[in-house]
Amino acid sequence: MNLPPSTPHRDASPSTGEQRLGQPGATLARGVSALFYKELLRFWKVVVQTVVAPVVTALLYLLIFSHVLEAHVQVYPGVSYTSFLVPGLVMMSMLQNAFSNSSSSLIQSKMQGNIVFVLLPPLSYLEFFLAYLGAAVIRGLIVGLGVWAVTLWYVPFQLPHPLWMLAYALLACAIMGAIGIVAGIWAEKYDQLAAFQNFLILPLTFLSGVFYSIHSLPPFWQAVSRGNPVFYLIDGFRYAFVGQSDTDPGLGLLVAGACFVAISALTLVLLKSGYKLRH
Amino acid sequence: MNRATAPAIHLGNLRKRFRTTQALDGVSLDIQPGEFFGLLGPNGAGKTTLISILAGLARADTGEAAIMGYDVVRDYRHARRALGVVPQELVYDPFFNVRETLRIQSGYFGLKHNDGWIDEIMHHLDLTPHADKNTQNLSGGMKRRLLVAQALVHKPPVIVLDEPTAGVDVDLRRSLWEFISRLNREGHTVLLTTHYLEEAEALCGRIAMLKSGRVVALDATRNLLQLTNEHCAQLRLDTETVPLEWQGRLLRDAEGCWRVNFSDYEELETLLAGLRAAGARVLELHLREPDLEDVFTDIMKRT
Repeated sequence: MNLPPSTPHRDASPSTGEQRLGQPGATLARGVSALFYKELLRFWKVVVQTVVAPVVTALLYLLIFSHVLEAHVQVYPGVSYTSFLVPGLVMMSMLQNAFSNSSSSLIQSKMQGNIVFVLLPPLSYLEFFLAYLGAAVIRGLIVGLGVWAVTLWYVPFQLPHPLWMLAYALLACAIMGAIGIVAGIWAEKYDQLAAFQNFLILPLTFLSGVFYSIHSLPPFWQAVSRGNPVFYLIDGFRYAFVGQSDTDPGLGLLVAGACFVAISALTLVLLKSGYKLRH
Repeated sequence: MNRATAPAIHLGNLRKRFRTTQALDGVSLDIQPGEFFGLLGPNGAGKTTLISILAGLARADTGEAAIMGYDVVRDYRHARRALGVVPQELVYDPFFNVRETLRIQSGYFGLKHNDGWIDEIMHHLDLTPHADKNTQNLSGGMKRRLLVAQALVHKPPVIVLDEPTAGVDVDLRRSLWEFISRLNREGHTVLLTTHYLEEAEALCGRIAMLKSGRVVALDATRNLLQLTNEHCAQLRLDTETVPLEWQGRLLRDAEGCWRVNFSDYEELETLLAGLRAAGARVLELHLREPDLEDVFTDIMKRT
């Protein structure tokens, strides 16, 4: 094999490269922000699928349920059914899309093998977690804002407790983003992820008071609902909009915070151990 | 370990087991800075496992691995920054174009303003005309070039190429080796695994051969080539029969020629004399010197 003669090369010596890289600590934030940016760009490139479609779906729920039930159901005194429904739909959309973002990104990367591009660089498990979680939260919030924006045609703007809204929105997206990371790491095939989504995430969100108040349920199912952490997220989030709720929003925030801590701890343990990522 | 004098790659008694398979069974190896090192072995010998451990994609059961003196587990940040890996599988992220892929990969290594180097890598790997193309629209060869570019985006002093030319055309193979050889001459350490033994013979200064997770040969390429003295002669004769005493040694090939392996030229003289005595005329004679493939085959048979 004939090899070519050497030619001068600008700034390509290994030593130069080493100097340029400097100390790892100085560039950690850039590593996380690059992964975070990549995750944002990933869902933004398919914005019709990742943002527009869920907004349209939520709008359809609103049209159907408000048309059918508006005149028949009043959950809280002085609150129309549509006003009751909108915060639930916004929260449900945020929950599902935050979960989808991290879980689908990870399963696709694993199935296509390009997860290796994220595993080879000097990113720690914590940075990995923060980047995927951050992108999931952002997608959840964008979809939530989109749903809220289109529902303003049907429900006048009202937000008596904006800080509660923000706290619940952030916590909800973070919880589901973290669960999405766990699901994405655990699942080895798309149908395993679909099972996770259809048999766990969907029932938890649908059976959590999006379309009804748990006070309308028999005592047994009320108790069951109170064991569903998503119920607290929707109930507390709705409180921010209508000023009324089934439980104390402070208690709900505590439950949500505890859930976030627990699921984050589980995710970090899995990532640190390299479970299904590093053999 | 003194990092100034540390090997570019250090492997100490590395062991790794996958369920019933002992993928690595006590591999020890030092590769010095600036070497172009070949890692050869049949499928399942442990080459990719070894590279995965170096890259942090797998964890060794016991033993140690270090890049430029940095332990790949304890000091993984430094170790991974010193290492560029071209994976064996043709993987790509279909969401991004070539330039985005390289910018994102730079970002993972903490490099924000890296466009100058990205442009240069793309230029040398003929990726510039495809910079704005989505990666899923690249040909197989272009995807392979992009993998190489991704491995080099942070200018690692140590480059690992895991069968980089598998299934690629001659042009790409040649341009790839031009670029990698130049990086090696400029001081980058290169670890290459390949099934194309002529590539390893031409490029690698030293070679290790793995079999069943063990190093069964480790030496300079020129020393390995001297391990076998088996020459081969190919003869075309004007007759269909050969002397009786050579009938076991002379084998007919598909082209209708006779082949014989011999270890010293006296044997060849004896053969030619025997053929002359039997009245057979030699119409053509080709001699082939032993190459790395012969050595490899020989070592794999013996161990």
